[in-house]
Amino acid sequence: MLSLLRHARYVMSENPVTGLAFALFAVFLLAAILGPLIAPYDPLQSNAAMALKPPSAAHWFGTDQLGRDIFSRVLVATRLDLTIAFASVVLAFLLGALSGVAAGYFGGWTDRVVGRLADTIMAFPLFVLAMGIVAALGNKVINIVIATAIINFPLYARVARAEANVRREAGFVEAARLSGNGEARVVLGHVLPNIMPIMMVQMSLTMGYAILNAAGLSFIGLGVRPPDAEWGIMVAEGANFIQSGEWWIALFPGATLMLAVFCFNLLGDGLRDIIDPRKRT
Amino acid sequence: MTALLDIAELVKRFDVGNKRQLHAVDEVSFTIGRGETVGLVGESGCGKSTLVRLINRLLDPTAGSIRLGGTELADFKARTFAGNANRPRIQMVFQDAGDSLNPRYTAADAIADPIRRMKKMSGADLRRRVEQLADMTGLPRELLTRFPHQLSGGQKARVGIARAVAVEPELLILDEPTAALDVSVQVVILKLLQQLKRELGMSYLFVSHDLNVVRLLCDRVLVMYLGKIVEQGPAGELFADPKHPYTRALISAIPQAEPDKRVGRLRLPGEPRSPIDPDSTVCRFYGRCPRGEPRCSSEMPALRTLAPARQVACHFA
Amino acid sequence: MTAIPALAVEDLSVEFRTRSGTVKVLDHVGFHVGKGETVALVGESGSGKSVTAFAVMGILDPAGRVTSGSAMFGGSDLLTLSERDLAEQRGRELSMIFQNPRTALNPIRRVGQQIADVLVQHGGATRNDAPQAAVEMLKKVRIPDPERRAEAYPFELSGGMCQRIMIAIALACRPALLIADEPTTGLDVTTQAVIMDLIGELAHEAGMATIFITHDLALAAEYCDRIVVMHAGHVVESAPSHALFTQPRHPYSARLLAATPGETATLADLASIPGSLPDLRRPDLPACRYSGRCDRKVDDCVRPLPQRVVGDRHIVACWNPL
Repeated sequence: MLSLLRHARYVMSENPVTGLAFALFAVFLLAAILGPLIAPYDPLQSNAAMALKPPSAAHWFGTDQLGRDIFSRVLVATRLDLTIAFASVVLAFLLGALSGVAAGYFGGWTDRVVGRLADTIMAFPLFVLAMGIVAALGNKVINIVIATAIINFPLYARVARAEANVRREAGFVEAARLSGNGEARVVLGHVLPNIMPIMMVQMSLTMGYAILNAAGLSFIGLGVRPPDAEWGIMVAEGANFIQSGEWWIALFPGATLMLAVFCFNLLGDGLRDIIDPRKRT
Repeated sequence: MTALLDIAELVKRFDVGNKRQLHAVDEVSFTIGRGETVGLVGESGCGKSTLVRLINRLLDPTAGSIRLGGTELADFKARTFAGNANRPRIQMVFQDAGDSLNPRYTAADAIADPIRRMKKMSGADLRRRVEQLADMTGLPRELLTRFPHQLSGGQKARVGIARAVAVEPELLILDEPTAALDVSVQVVILKLLQQLKRELGMSYLFVSHDLNVVRLLCDRVLVMYLGKIVEQGPAGELFADPKHPYTRALISAIPQAEPDKRVGRLRLPGEPRSPIDPDSTVCRFYGRCPRGEPRCSSEMPALRTLAPARQVACHFA
Repeated sequence: MTAIPALAVEDLSVEFRTRSGTVKVLDHVGFHVGKGETVALVGESGSGKSVTAFAVMGILDPAGRVTSGSAMFGGSDLLTLSERDLAEQRGRELSMIFQNPRTALNPIRRVGQQIADVLVQHGGATRNDAPQAAVEMLKKVRIPDPERRAEAYPFELSGGMCQRIMIAIALACRPALLIADEPTTGLDVTTQAVIMDLIGELAHEAGMATIFITHDLALAAEYCDRIVVMHAGHVVESAPSHALFTQPRHPYSARLLAATPGETATLADLASIPGSLPDLRRPDLPACRYSGRCDRKVDDCVRPLPQRVVGDRHIVACWNPL
């Protein structure tokens, strides 16, 4: 464990951008955890008198059409958005990567079934599919998570399958069998750890995508409903006011969204460098 | 010497589409005694690797028997053999040590894996056993926390050996264990293998195409060609007086520094016959053999016993 | 040696820049290859034998740099030629074959076409007569049924056949020098013998010089006229094959021989080489890179290496040779 931390520090010193990504991620994490506690205003508190005020010392990001403090809303929304992102990615991994590894390692019927499932999902335009799933299951956050996981299934399954296929013939897989590992153990304990570095990159990219997906869905009225604070829905509401000159309502949540996705993408590469033992000298 | 391993009429055929079959291993029979080192030599494609996989139960035979000290291993399916009580009795050292070590496992993890799985040891006991194995194989303890890519060829080979002997197998299969090593490291590893065999009372099946190394280590040698054993005998005798033309060709091919010793050499032209649906009345070596008589293409030579412990499959030996 | 050698490498030094420092892979390496001669470069991993070949061919890894020396070939110094001039020489006058023949060939191009490509590029053949010339080459390397085989892809052929294809490609334009980098490692011993015989015959017939890179001393002794032994980036000994094999004068060569299984040795007779390669990134490398492992070390060994002539074309880089 200690050597892992030492290696992590080395990776970050080698590549400052990775260090930056991790630092930024830490900030987001803090915001998610502490958000509601440190928000200067109650994110749901409306105040008609203070509606549509531009950024000022009292309201750093200005106020929206109901007089709510945008900064507080953006801050508190971090928790919801990160939760959606994490949960989607974990679920996508569990469904997709595990099926993919099994398909790649065992071949035969497992491979065929997983392949056809992935093909079916890919036959739909993904966002439309997400819309359909949320509309069918109901307008709840959990359903955004499920929808995102399902539309990411083919990608995870394919990557995992390809990687497992290559490793299947490797000497260490045979050696694992000789060492008394049953097939399930070989797949989970020997093959899966080897594809984790690639899956890490995959997962961090999908985290960004998951947030964008949730944002997109709430933009069209599915998923998160007002008055909940979520970056996407805030951008949607703010879009109505851009023409009349109240640019801050959409900009700040939009910029935060962008920063978060950017951070997650950079994180992926850094995570892979840390986790893959071959990068260690 | 009582037989530890008794292989009888072992057959493995693979379906290759269009109702054709590849005869990888064709009615192979031989024994390995307790404490013996038996060498297995042959070209690539002769069925050595398939034979090895059948013996170490990673593959199921089409027919035949694999008896280890009285237990019929062919009765068990390869898919579930990992959990079988007999699994620790046969282990293997791989050709490419680097490829046979999980890149995500440290040397200690790799060596501990079989012990955890088959001897159910854990914690401090496990750690002690791993250290003991490292000492036994000459692997410095500090290297136990390293990953395979941080180890040299010789060090990786030692990890592979430590892992293989961790559960004290009765039969150890060595698949070209020193092929990828420098000649100096090879000496050290071969001596280590020799020593471990004595200390742990194992039998070895040594697969190699470096005949000089086979000569050094093996008591008896089996020569395989296209799925069949074509000659068998004590190492010294086989090398001094090979009876089968293929064996002669193999020995002739060993690079020879002394020009005067380059006599009686046999060069094989062409390629081996196809192992797919071979004709059972034609000698597998016919066509490539310097001697090709009508009998060779009408009658498959059986493995005949010429002398105690000496067998050849040729009409003219 | 009165005749002009086909290749004369003098004082060649190569460095590699890596994350953990500069590795001085080759240090003042020098050897000659006469016209029509077969010379073996023998050494263990880390000796620098392959790097020497890559430097001469101009295909060093981008992290590698030649810091001194020359490689005179056909009147010019290969190390100073422009990439374009060098590319002209390669394939036509200077050729190389590699380990792992199947991976060295283009997997998606038929083998006959690959030979034809070289003939058109360097051999002055036209697109029309190249395919027939390619089939002629296949016959020369004794591939049975050459017209049909020319249409095959590398994956359809065995390792031995692929190596013959590589030889055909390399020899298509009748180069003056062939460099063979471990061409038979990974091949069966029977195939190895046939391939080595083939290279020997073709070389002899064409008066071509050959450099054989190998770690197998016995192979070098059988098929080569002279052997050059390398250790940690130095040439330690160079001698006619028979002389080296029966009377090595450098302690390392002797140890290498003592570790090589032959027909009379038992395992107890074989001895490994004590110590290990020095770390080539050290700034304070000794003049003799073997001295750290040598049991014949004397005070003189800190001085720059000599080139002692100890017999007919037999040179040792040692202050205290056997």
